[in-house]
Amino acid sequence: MSTENSMKKETHHLRRMATIWIILSVAADLLFMFWIAPHVPPGTMTDTARANQFDFNVLFLMAFPVLIGVWVYMGYAIVNWSAKRAGVPEPIGGPAARGNLKAQVSWIVVTSVIVLFLAGFGTVALIGGKGSGGGEGPNPVWMPAGSAKAETAALTSSASWTPGSNQVLVVQVIGQQWQFTYRYPQFGGFESPKLIIPNNTEIAFNVTSLDVIHSFWAYQLSVKADANPQQNDVAYAKTDQLGNFTVRCSELCGIWHGAMFNYGKVVTPSDFQNWATSTEAANAANTKNLPPFAWTYVPDANGAAGGYYIDGNVTPYSQVETYGAKQPTS
Amino acid sequence: MTISAERPTEVAASSATPPMQSGRVGWTQRPGWMSQHLGTAIVLGIVGYLFGHWLGNAITGNYAYVQNSGQNSAANFFALLFAVVGWLLGIGALNYPFAKLLGREPKQEPTVEGWSKYFRYTLDHKVVGLQYVVGVLLFMFTGGLLAMAIRAELLSPTTHLFGPGTYIEIVSEHGTIMMMMATSIIVGPMGNYFVPLMIGSRKMAFPRIEAFSFWIFVAGYAVIFSALPYGGFPTGWTGYAPLQTQAGPGMISYLFGFAVIGMGMMAAGFNIAVTIINNRAPGMTWSRVPIFVWSILATAALLTLATPTLFAAGLFGILDKTAQTAFYVSEHGGSSYLWENLFWFFGHPEVYIMALPGFGIVAEILPVFTRKPLFAYKVAASGMIGVALLSFFVWQHHLFQSGINPDMRPLFMLTTELISIPTGFIFLVGMGTLYRAKIRFEIPMLFAMALFFNFLIGGVTGVFLSDVPVNVTVHGGFFVLSHFHYTIMGGLLFAFMAGLYYWLPKMTGRMMNKKIGLWHFWTMFIFFNLTFFPMFIIGLLGQPRRVFTYAKNLQGLNDFSSISAFLLGASFLLFFANLMYSMYIKPVKAPANPWDSLGLEWQTASPIPEYNFERIPVVMSDPYHYSEVGAPPVADLGTSAPPVVSTTSGSSPA
Repeated sequence: MSTENSMKKETHHLRRMATIWIILSVAADLLFMFWIAPHVPPGTMTDTARANQFDFNVLFLMAFPVLIGVWVYMGYAIVNWSAKRAGVPEPIGGPAARGNLKAQVSWIVVTSVIVLFLAGFGTVALIGGKGSGGGEGPNPVWMPAGSAKAETAALTSSASWTPGSNQVLVVQVIGQQWQFTYRYPQFGGFESPKLIIPNNTEIAFNVTSLDVIHSFWAYQLSVKADANPQQNDVAYAKTDQLGNFTVRCSELCGIWHGAMFNYGKVVTPSDFQNWATSTEAANAANTKNLPPFAWTYVPDANGAAGGYYIDGNVTPYSQVETYGAKQPTS
Repeated sequence: MTISAERPTEVAASSATPPMQSGRVGWTQRPGWMSQHLGTAIVLGIVGYLFGHWLGNAITGNYAYVQNSGQNSAANFFALLFAVVGWLLGIGALNYPFAKLLGREPKQEPTVEGWSKYFRYTLDHKVVGLQYVVGVLLFMFTGGLLAMAIRAELLSPTTHLFGPGTYIEIVSEHGTIMMMMATSIIVGPMGNYFVPLMIGSRKMAFPRIEAFSFWIFVAGYAVIFSALPYGGFPTGWTGYAPLQTQAGPGMISYLFGFAVIGMGMMAAGFNIAVTIINNRAPGMTWSRVPIFVWSILATAALLTLATPTLFAAGLFGILDKTAQTAFYVSEHGGSSYLWENLFWFFGHPEVYIMALPGFGIVAEILPVFTRKPLFAYKVAASGMIGVALLSFFVWQHHLFQSGINPDMRPLFMLTTELISIPTGFIFLVGMGTLYRAKIRFEIPMLFAMALFFNFLIGGVTGVFLSDVPVNVTVHGGFFVLSHFHYTIMGGLLFAFMAGLYYWLPKMTGRMMNKKIGLWHFWTMFIFFNLTFFPMFIIGLLGQPRRVFTYAKNLQGLNDFSSISAFLLGASFLLFFANLMYSMYIKPVKAPANPWDSLGLEWQTASPIPEYNFERIPVVMSDPYHYSEVGAPPVADLGTSAPPVVSTTSGSSPA
């Protein structure tokens, strides 16, 4: 009789929990889907951002039922099985309370299925998303069409880019204590502190550093790639919207790390071309003094990586092909 | 539960105490001020520091000066090295090995009575456990003060309290101190104190190594703080090269400090693992070992196997800075990736060094306060071993955006997500144990339940981080910062508090005050969540870690988080107040077994004699036979009858 009663109670408890769980989970997921999901970072400024936002939202939609499931169970236990509550039956020990094969196996199966699904989903999103805007190192394996061609051409003096040609725009991001500068190899390799890029264009960010490790994080573009000294780190994104975006360094790079940020701008392709060609012409004299465009640069002994914080050290730069070489003799 | 009068507060041990040690006692080891203790350790540490500094300058003068600092990094390194050697000489850690090396019969460490044994190289694991309690609380308090400073700076989106150099020093010291503290916070105090008691052993396998692990842990604390007069180090706790190579002399303190703490971690892990494997009482089969001991065994394995990598990595860094080698200098043939890989190959198992003991405490406490057996014991034990094994195969998820070989990323995404399966076992165990229980919400139980709440958030956000497309946004930002505070502080620290409230009555013979305890718990739980939950949003909105400036529109959230953090800090003051009040100001004698636990550690005499058990107990079952009719006794303790413990929920709780 008592066993029958307890069996009845068991299904009763679990059914009540399941009901609460389903109601709350569905409500949370629906609320999230229609209210928050469209605003989840990193937004929709590039195709990469859009894909990563979708990934984010899938994870959120799966996370809520898990969180709510455990919380409902715990809350139910706290309310119903507290020793303070009148009429709580004495717990029953013994083998039955020490394990339940069905519960254990189903827990392991369910968590494994969720986890394996997420790993598979993440992999598909990563490969389909051309590396998802993350730094792929010097030899990317997932890249947009035409990027290999554009990046090979970038090292030659004949590299060019025209609006509407569907070409990949190669932008080199150079991290240094404590700012990012950008070189545009398809426009004579000029260097600018401004990051301006054309809309509806596949951008290949080639990120490197002159000193310590930085991380180039273009938040709204959903691009993040570490800037390592003497290594090129490539990440891709195709712009989709006009507007400003924030660039921050997201790897601790010394005392002014917190101040290492600037803002970039996505403009129309023709505006971009106007800006790039005029800057190329205006900077021509300076560009001549820069080292030839390359994927990485080795600073000389006065550069930060070989030495220490720069403090007005006035030793002349050496005349070898390193970054900072060919400075005006002044 | 009220401390009822019927419960005996003392369980007498027989007076026939076998002497632990005997032998000739030298003058250095006689009790009293003319012997070896903390004072001599400090004196010899300072002497060693001065000698090392002179030596470094003498042998590498005009050679390895750190540019612009007026410091010679070799002198800095030798100073710290000899300071630690002097410290160990002063405390007496080297007496035994030196005597052995010289082929002489080593003198036995004397048995010191009274409070002065806590300031000495004492071999009793219970003394070492209490030394560790004070040690980790000291770590936590200083690290916590630094956290308050960080949150004070972040009250404003621009720099206002500290200059950027000071700010980054504070951030780096906070991270390093807390990480070092967290490696030992449970293994040190509770592992050393309770593992021998729980497995029915009279001592640790290597009592001298155990005492060594504590005293070198303290030395590591001093070494890390020695960075401050040198201008600190700008790298955070991760110490990435080449920033490390570029940094000033404080970096030596970081690199050597990790090496020193690493020695303590290896020593502690090795000693505990050997103890658990070899010193179990008769009948203490692997299926009867308390779950806390399983968690400590898994942690000890990680400590022993992962820490050598950190030690080697730190040595390379010191060589780069003193002997001008180029392990991490890419333009001279080294690689900045070498540090990243070595560091995280240690660093990720380290994360589980900081999670597993917490799981162990919670799983140990739940049956006591639910009056039910531990649900799925074997799943719990295998989950801990599984987490420990898998933790060696996930480290590159810290490098997802670093430009590593890109097709490694799906593999490490898979392994990282796989690790959530064995981690999830702890939830299965917890929920199964709670099922149809009769829960007593004592303070330890409240902290244990809070771990499930906090760790769930920490765990689910960990899955977000392991997903590479999502990682692009959250890597290196406040999201990941919040995630690991939820797992380490929300998990480990809450478990530590659960353990303290649970076991302090056995360790000190005094009960913690329940009323202050309740205030402590609720303020800590609420303000912990109010501090760190907004940081998820701050991170999603684009604030990177370790910055002193942030976007103006994030000030509201940052201020909210800062104010909650100050209140969280205040809740720790409540804890210290409770500790002082309950231990010294108005001590209440604790019953021998205030929670009606079946654990073997509660069955021995109270206060615990130096040799733990009058007779080595014969273990007859695991300690989880709660609410079981006709359950076997946990152990045959020998001559005197074991204290009668009700296996049921007993008298009505308070």
